[in-house]
Amino acid sequence: MTEIAAIFRNEQGKSLFTPSQLILLLRHLGKALALPLAGIVIFLMLWQGVANSIITSLGQFPGPVQVWEQSKSLVAEHQRERQKEVAFYQRQEDRNAKKLAKDPNADVKIRPYTGKATFFDQILTSLYTVSFGFLVASIIAIPLGIACGLSEKVYQSINPIIQTFKPVSPLAWLPLVTMLVSALYVSDDPMFEKSFLTSAFTVTLCCLWPTVINTTVGVTSIDRDLINVSRVLQLPSLVHVRTIVIPSAIPMIFTGLRLSLATGWMVLIAAEMLAQNPGLGKFIWDEFQNGSSESLGRIMVAVLAIGLIGFSLDRLMLAVQRRITWDKQAILR
Amino acid sequence: MKNSYLEISHVGIEFPTDDKPFRALQAVDISIDKGEFISLIGHSGCGKSTVLNIVAGLYEATEGGVILEGKEVDKPGPDRAVVFQNHALLPWLTVYQNVELAVKRVFKKTKSKAEMHDWIEHNLSLVHMDHALHKLPGEISGGMKQRVGIARCLAMQPKVLLMDEPFGALDALTRAHLQDSLMEIQTNLGNTVIMITHDVDEAVLLSDRIVMMTNGPAATVGEILEVKLARPRDRLALAEDAEFIHYRQQVLRFLYEKQKNPAAEKEAKTEAELPTKATLDSDTTAKSEAA
Repeated sequence: MTEIAAIFRNEQGKSLFTPSQLILLLRHLGKALALPLAGIVIFLMLWQGVANSIITSLGQFPGPVQVWEQSKSLVAEHQRERQKEVAFYQRQEDRNAKKLAKDPNADVKIRPYTGKATFFDQILTSLYTVSFGFLVASIIAIPLGIACGLSEKVYQSINPIIQTFKPVSPLAWLPLVTMLVSALYVSDDPMFEKSFLTSAFTVTLCCLWPTVINTTVGVTSIDRDLINVSRVLQLPSLVHVRTIVIPSAIPMIFTGLRLSLATGWMVLIAAEMLAQNPGLGKFIWDEFQNGSSESLGRIMVAVLAIGLIGFSLDRLMLAVQRRITWDKQAILR
Repeated sequence: MKNSYLEISHVGIEFPTDDKPFRALQAVDISIDKGEFISLIGHSGCGKSTVLNIVAGLYEATEGGVILEGKEVDKPGPDRAVVFQNHALLPWLTVYQNVELAVKRVFKKTKSKAEMHDWIEHNLSLVHMDHALHKLPGEISGGMKQRVGIARCLAMQPKVLLMDEPFGALDALTRAHLQDSLMEIQTNLGNTVIMITHDVDEAVLLSDRIVMMTNGPAATVGEILEVKLARPRDRLALAEDAEFIHYRQQVLRFLYEKQKNPAAEKEAKTEAELPTKATLDSDTTAKSEAA
């Protein structure tokens, strides 16, 4: 209790809450936390119970305890790998320094460390890939959606194409995207890995549609009166879009963006598994192929990580929406 | 035909529907002098708003036309500012910014930044809203929003001020306040105003002439009543004024005797049809948007 009270003290050491307020706050927190906590505890118990009774060819199905052990070991592996990397660079530097001391004109080679990508490296790769793909998709989809919403003609001409491509699993595109990237992205000093581009564009392909469709709906449902105001003021098209269309459509645009990001994240993992591109998907596939008694536990860690990251990405978008939207009172969920 | 300031000449309009075109207005003729305050009154669905929208240029008349200062109206423009029934303020802009948007469009070339700033504040003080310049529309009451809507239009210095049931969505007390404000502004500025209303007292209190419209479909001008009450008008004194009561009765008689039967029948029938007509209206605007 005293530790908690200490959190709510300001710099002068004065309590920000009176004791009775603190009790109220704790009660409030208790209410907000009690049910989710209860849910999680029951889930963990059921999981452990079921896991104990399933034996697979790779050993027992992992329960929460094994998963916890594996997550610790993944952290340890990551730290070991980092130490190795530091040591590698240290050795290289020492070697080069010696060479230069002997002969100042010596040809010094600096090689990058090529160790095994750890679980956390793979998470970063996946996050980077999904962000890139999602960003490209949004840059295309938002203007396209606005154009569709503003002009019936544009909508009529683009709608059949959107409706045809929307239900296609982006994984069906994967072979085509792979071949296209290999054929078109030819450069001696590539800025991006080909595998990265393949994964990212696959994400882009599935991130386009929800944003286009929701933006279109948002733009077509602008209040008639506001459009009339714009017509009476004879606002130029760009001003009209900036001051009336975009602010009106922001909630729907964000609905689209959140749907896009969620599907993008799901699809990326599958694409990485299928194409053996670096990322969390590859991590899972490698573990599966590895087939040790620890593999299932490690895969389960990855599954949970994917879920938590997906959840955080959605919260992140929500936070961005809160910052951007004009209606601070709007309830966003 | 004499050359008046604003000439609504033989205006008729048809809206396309699935079976046969719906004729909303037929041969509407009104001529308005500069500085005149005109009310359009009639039962709901009689096409009052349609007349206003044609003058605004938001709808295109099927036949006939509107001539303002010798020029035909063919599209919406800031010289015909519209006060909408539901204020139509942009909810993401503050009171000040809402007026600024209009002022910037109209005076960009003729006023300096400082002049525009003063002009915006001046117009907001005309409607007594200078205390809430930096509030969002969501943070002020309905009456205040409508005041800002009026200020936005006044700030455009339009040739004609078009008001579409400007006080219809407000409670009686707020409405009275706003009517008084409007009369005060009108005394000073002498704008040419067309106001739509279905409040008889409001029409008599504010107008120089009241245009009474017959029931639709194919609605047209029924009678025009000239209100020769002296200005400034005081609502309390007028409440017992014989002349005022006489004008009031004439309007009521038109609305409830001469136009009674179709109205009563229509009310019962069109309750169900009204929503379809509303979507039909917005469809036509959507189409003209696209074109």
